[in-house]
Amino acid sequence: MSWTTRALWLLPLLLFTGLVVLMAQNLGKPQQAVVRSHMVGKPAPAMALEGVAGVPGLATADLKAGTPVLVNLFASWCLPCAVEAPQLKALQARGVTLYGIAVRDQPADVEGFLAKHGNPFGRIGLDPGGRMMIGFGASGVPETYVIDGRGVVRYQHLGEIRAEHVPMLLAELEKAK
Amino acid sequence: MIPELGHFALWLAAAAALLQAVGVTIGLWRNDEGLMRLAVPSALVQALMTVAAFGALTWAFVVSDFSVKLVATNSHSMKPDMYLWTGVWANHEGSLLLWVLVMALSGAMVALAPATLGPRFRDRVLSVQAMVALGFFAFLLIASNPFERLVPAPTEGQGLNPLLQDPGLAFHPPLLYIGYVGLSVAFAFAVAGMLEDKVGPAWAKATRPWVAGAWAFLTMGIALGSFWAYYELGWGGWWFWDPVENAALMPWLAGTALLHSIAVVMKRDALRAWTLLLAVAAFSLSMMGTFIVRSGLLTSVHAFAVDPTRGLFLMGLMALYIGGALTIYALAAGRVAEGRQFALVSRESALVANNLFMSAMLGVVLVGTLYPMALEASGGAQISVGPPYFNRTVLPMLLVAAILMAVAPFLGWRKSATGHLASRLLPAGIAAAAVVVIAVWPLGVREIGSLLGFGAAAWLGVASLSILVKRGLTLNAAGMALAHFGVAVSILGATASGALQREALVTMRVGEAIEMGPWRAELMDVRPVAGSNWTAIEATLDVRRNGAPVAVLKPQSRVFVAPPQETTEAGRAGWRTGELYSVIGKPDGTGRWQVHFWVKPLVRLIWIGGLLMALGGVLALGGKVRAGARRRSAVAEGALPLPQAA
Repeated sequence: MSWTTRALWLLPLLLFTGLVVLMAQNLGKPQQAVVRSHMVGKPAPAMALEGVAGVPGLATADLKAGTPVLVNLFASWCLPCAVEAPQLKALQARGVTLYGIAVRDQPADVEGFLAKHGNPFGRIGLDPGGRMMIGFGASGVPETYVIDGRGVVRYQHLGEIRAEHVPMLLAELEKAK
Repeated sequence: MIPELGHFALWLAAAAALLQAVGVTIGLWRNDEGLMRLAVPSALVQALMTVAAFGALTWAFVVSDFSVKLVATNSHSMKPDMYLWTGVWANHEGSLLLWVLVMALSGAMVALAPATLGPRFRDRVLSVQAMVALGFFAFLLIASNPFERLVPAPTEGQGLNPLLQDPGLAFHPPLLYIGYVGLSVAFAFAVAGMLEDKVGPAWAKATRPWVAGAWAFLTMGIALGSFWAYYELGWGGWWFWDPVENAALMPWLAGTALLHSIAVVMKRDALRAWTLLLAVAAFSLSMMGTFIVRSGLLTSVHAFAVDPTRGLFLMGLMALYIGGALTIYALAAGRVAEGRQFALVSRESALVANNLFMSAMLGVVLVGTLYPMALEASGGAQISVGPPYFNRTVLPMLLVAAILMAVAPFLGWRKSATGHLASRLLPAGIAAAAVVVIAVWPLGVREIGSLLGFGAAAWLGVASLSILVKRGLTLNAAGMALAHFGVAVSILGATASGALQREALVTMRVGEAIEMGPWRAELMDVRPVAGSNWTAIEATLDVRRNGAPVAVLKPQSRVFVAPPQETTEAGRAGWRTGELYSVIGKPDGTGRWQVHFWVKPLVRLIWIGGLLMALGGVLALGGKVRAGARRRSAVAEGALPLPQAA
């Protein structure tokens, strides 16, 4: 029997050995339950979203106005989005420019949501297909992104904004200047 | 006292396994009849003691003995009676005990079954099986003792994960485990075949019933698991390409390939080395799948214990067994490789094509499952591989495989004529064309993938039925035809539930209705209800089709008391072979509720098809057992006379 044939019989064993080495390296590493966006450090996705509830829509140019802004992905059907509403108000009161993207939502529902929880957003883009979730690399709603004045994503906040996160976001906005 | 007896029985079972593994192997090596004769009694003792240990743990769960740590952490006295029983295996230690129980029982079955390849071969199989079992006994006793006591005993347990409090849990894990562990018998037969130089048609004949049986259980387990995920998790889907699903799918794919290639060894004495590799791979993938999801290497709802020590132990076991088997393979494959030749158009090459497709799908799923881990290990980014990858790669292969699957049974062994194919497959071709036309109009399906799915399902379904006409009703032929027909039924269900599905997600007040084509679902009522260990918000949806009442759906959003956790109970009702499905979400605070409503025609065919496949496996198994009883008269099936074992 030629040595190539012999090598062929060995192949399964070699592949398996490689797999064991790989698994041994990963074993015991802490689980990372959250998936971080790859868009941090990259320009925000191109968009030209229609407005909703009488608020003007959101386009790429709005993110390149020179000053850092927060973009909040939310939805009227999302409970944590309602929970974070007071914190968004607080951020707005501190002079932060907030833009919203309503993900997989209907205009009437967004209107109701804003009527109930207030509107902290200067602009809201309606995204019925949820394309911006993929564009921003979001793993769910709500998520909040710090965009610097040149349209580049600087920071990603996963999940609802709690009171203790407000100073953190303000610091990130400061950093992005 | 009883837990201690169970613990003791487990040690005795491990001792029996040690004797069976080491003593018998030495006996085989030194040709010592006396030592070899230990194999059968020690396999029986091992099984008996494992049953006793399992019984003891079950007793602790049923009487809610919270002085046993496992019961205290996984059970609760308020739990409904049925889940006191099934809770035994709904945790890490208990599920491992179930694993060794199934393994010991199948060992006893090997010991008691007629030794068609001679007592020496049977003893070899038993010794290999005991070596595998021994590792799992050691793991249980050293790193995951299910009988550990708690001092002082708590007055109440911490409860069972609500997702696991479901009738599906009663059957899904045992069925899967019987499948996984059944493949361990095929693994033991393969290793024994290599060590004893027995690989040939007689070996294949002795191994195949085990493969068919394990495959049938695995199929049922996967179908049931898919059904469980569908109605319990409330995501409105039936397959998610979750790592744990892939972990069960991979041994199934390898087992399916093995089931087909072992037929080639049996009838034609070809593909020996490849079949051995598949037999080793099928059980290896079972172990690896269980290891990967249990060790916390990949995130999954099934990861019971994330404990690096346990992970390391399991990995050591796995490296030992799989590595050992593959080493034997590397050394022995050269001796068994030579097989017979066959022509391009023949049953053999059709079965090889099956193997190629199964292996390719297996490879694709394996890469998709492990790639995120490999990328992370090599310092790359964290990614997750999702359904788009699997759907784009696996579905086209499945489609082509389904088309070939219809043709293969009509081909003869060794070298086949092709003249008869056109007339045999004419009904299937007509059916496929007719179904595609119906799908385009009146059903209005335009997507090419769905149309191909409909066509392939009709083609395979009708062709499988016509096999019976051609070959008459032997159990084997009926089993194969039924299994293939089941595949067609599942493809039809999967295609139709996707292409013909309607859904609506709306927020609505009581009294409002969702209108969707001929369907109308009115929200009649939303009120709180309570069960034995949960409270819930329950909606009542009155569903009508063209004005005629069809069903009343009652989706719930449940909050469990122990442990505190919310789950979504979908409101479901059957409609013909389809399903009406609804989920109630959160209130928006102004009296409106979020309601998600689906109409999924033919979706039940997915699981019905799975059950048909499993039933086909059982029928073919019956054929094997009966043929075995009638000695070598299996030749009457129309195949060539069986060649003698090499």
